[in-house]
Amino acid sequence: MKSQMASLIGSGIALALALTACGAGGNGREGPASSTAESAPVIDIGSLYEPQNLDNVGGGGQGVIEALGGNVYEGLFRLTDDGTIENLLAADYKVSRDGLTYTFYLHEGVRFHSGDPLTGADVEYSLERIIDDGSTSPRKSALSVIKSIETPGTSTVVVKLSSRSISFVYNLSHVWIINDTVKEPATAEDGTGPYRLGTWKRGSSLCLDRFDGYWGAAPKNRQVVFHYFTDASALNNALLTGTVDLVTSEQSPDALAQFTGDPRYKVSEGRSTTKLLLAFNDREPPFDKVLVRKAVSSAIDDGKLLESIWDGHGSLIGSMVPPSDPWYEDLTEVNPYDVELARRQLAEAGYPEGFTFTLDTPNYDPHPTIATFVKSELAKVGITVDINTITADEWYTKVYQRHDFTATLQEHVNDRDIRWYGDPDFYWGYDNPQVATWIKQSEEASTLDGQTALLRKASRQIAEDAASDWLYLNPQIVVSTAGVSGYPVNGLNAQFYVYGIDKR
Amino acid sequence: MTAYLLRRTLLLVISLLLASSVLFLLLRLLPGDPANSLLSVGATPEQVAAARHEIGSDLPLPEQFASWIGRMATLDLGRSFISSLPVGPEIAGRLVVTAPLTILAFLLAVLISVPAGFVTAHRRGTWYGSLLGGVSQFGLAVPVFWVGMLLITVFALHLRLLPAGGFPADDWADPAAALTSLVLPVLTVSLVMSASLIRYVHSAALDVLGSDYLRTARALGSSFAGAIWRHGLRNAAVPVVSILGIELATTFLGAVVVENVFALPGLGSMLVKAFAQHDYPVIQGILVLSTFTVLLIGFLADVVQRLIDPRLRRTATGGPE
Repeated sequence: MKSQMASLIGSGIALALALTACGAGGNGREGPASSTAESAPVIDIGSLYEPQNLDNVGGGGQGVIEALGGNVYEGLFRLTDDGTIENLLAADYKVSRDGLTYTFYLHEGVRFHSGDPLTGADVEYSLERIIDDGSTSPRKSALSVIKSIETPGTSTVVVKLSSRSISFVYNLSHVWIINDTVKEPATAEDGTGPYRLGTWKRGSSLCLDRFDGYWGAAPKNRQVVFHYFTDASALNNALLTGTVDLVTSEQSPDALAQFTGDPRYKVSEGRSTTKLLLAFNDREPPFDKVLVRKAVSSAIDDGKLLESIWDGHGSLIGSMVPPSDPWYEDLTEVNPYDVELARRQLAEAGYPEGFTFTLDTPNYDPHPTIATFVKSELAKVGITVDINTITADEWYTKVYQRHDFTATLQEHVNDRDIRWYGDPDFYWGYDNPQVATWIKQSEEASTLDGQTALLRKASRQIAEDAASDWLYLNPQIVVSTAGVSGYPVNGLNAQFYVYGIDKR
Repeated sequence: MTAYLLRRTLLLVISLLLASSVLFLLLRLLPGDPANSLLSVGATPEQVAAARHEIGSDLPLPEQFASWIGRMATLDLGRSFISSLPVGPEIAGRLVVTAPLTILAFLLAVLISVPAGFVTAHRRGTWYGSLLGGVSQFGLAVPVFWVGMLLITVFALHLRLLPAGGFPADDWADPAAALTSLVLPVLTVSLVMSASLIRYVHSAALDVLGSDYLRTARALGSSFAGAIWRHGLRNAAVPVVSILGIELATTFLGAVVVENVFALPGLGSMLVKAFAQHDYPVIQGILVLSTFTVLLIGFLADVVQRLIDPRLRRTATGGPE
């Protein structure tokens, strides 16, 4: 055993030594250029979200999308940082009159990093991975509308749907097209993006090297290195000491104070899709009563909460729809902050003296602080909150899977996720058949206007039913050194396109 | 001595096997499901089942245990549930950070604490003796992350002499860069470690300084330094070596905090992440390796003590070799 362990250690050290350098030469990457190197800069990025593996289907997490989405892998369509959809690997597409058949024409001359040409078979393979029975992809339910996929020519793909899906093209922007020869996408990469995966030093950094055979416009930099941190102050120290050029997501306003007002740094606040929810269990008393939910929503001063957590950044939303979704409207007045109104509603609902409930609170920031705030706000109307702090894992099992809770706090990060209010089996158990119908119809709408109109109705209705209490929308804050430009500021759906980043 | 070594080695192997089995079972008692880490909000029960099947956590416990022990015998630590990568090479990749960090910090702590311990014992009345004693008291009371943050603030953020954290992506390809990034972490660990070591060396030295044999040696004309060198160090070393063994093991296990503060890709940060994700193969791999290291250090400390002090050899084996 001893010698085996020793040989393991030995081989590991040898392996590590054999790994090729991430940059041209350690810290002095910007030093004297070798004969093949160009003047394009190397960009160092600091992030808290290291990928778990290389696959966005098998739970690589938010980090895999940040690092690889649009950079290493591309979809048929691209979701731009402004939230619009552009053709990417699909040069063009057409939809049949009944909206059930989509024909996609692929760009000519696109090659994977391995050199293989892009064909319809790769698209078919990539789509089938997601809708497959064994798939664990979070996009599976949205794409389960796919009935069949055919590839009549090498660069044509025909997809038939079982029902109309107006978000289909949008949803395809989340699907990475990978080479169909890659059988283990969690550990090996072969995409068509402007970068290929370089060295990944787990727990520390991941390099993206510019791919010279890229079919589109060449990136503005020759290499991007993601540096990963588990500790937010270590991340900020890296920016302060010049180890990184920018930080993808600043998580605390306290840290932000070091950079705002300092000409050496740029702070940008974009539109996030991360909503902080006080989610009720709408199946169980007392939150099965609309009036009780409205009363709780009105008793909490969301503006004061946002100020104390985010120090003026972020925004208030009165429903599940963030401003970057096409069907956004300001609904903050539906359940305004009004303690008197809350008292009247409680009395009318049969709880004039208030009640006591347990709030399941994830143990990581900012939830414990919010729970304390909610507790003191609700005390004003006679409601007693017992805070029950749980781990993320317990939350998933107890709240999400078993629905064993009265109320909870949670962040919901995705865009266009109002659809969960159309699913009575979802963890919060909101069940309004009218809303479910609108949401279902919106997906089958034949025009974007039709879809938008229906989702606005749904959004207003869930606000009127106070299905949950939408406390606030997180800000999306990127901090960089002054000379860095061309980075995405909204980072929708955790994506972070790096090809436009330049450094003076 | 040979018989002793054989017996001790056998004991080492048995302890490791027992510890591994207990570890395996304890991990399974933890609440939570590794499949959760592979899924996100919106997952259906079928997707949960698919994830469990994929990583094999749906198999009966005895079956999981048998396959794990079976693979261990061939030194295959299995694959991570989360990254799908083999655990052995992953651990080896982290060891190139944690092992130098631990060893360097340990050596530095010994270099600081042995002389300092002797000085505090020998010069109890003097101002520097009291100062050293006071500093070590203070060091005991201070948490390691605080020392780390203090060093970062001074040497990285203000003086800009050293990096605030991180480790070169190419590991030791550029040894100077790798060493530079280890300076502050090593200082942090060794300072905290020295604080407790000084106190042990201090009391061991007190025993020696007050001993008859030292007085006898002095009486026979040996200088103080000569007497300490010939007799004192050797006698003080016996208890100190066993403490050093324990300290080395603690440092190895306690690297977690320091690695987080300095953003080092070591075993500690790997273990914390693996626990959060219920990545059993990774947790098992790291803990088995740590257990083995701790047992091995204990074993070596024992052997070294025996080499230093012939009396131990006789009592343990029942007679001279």
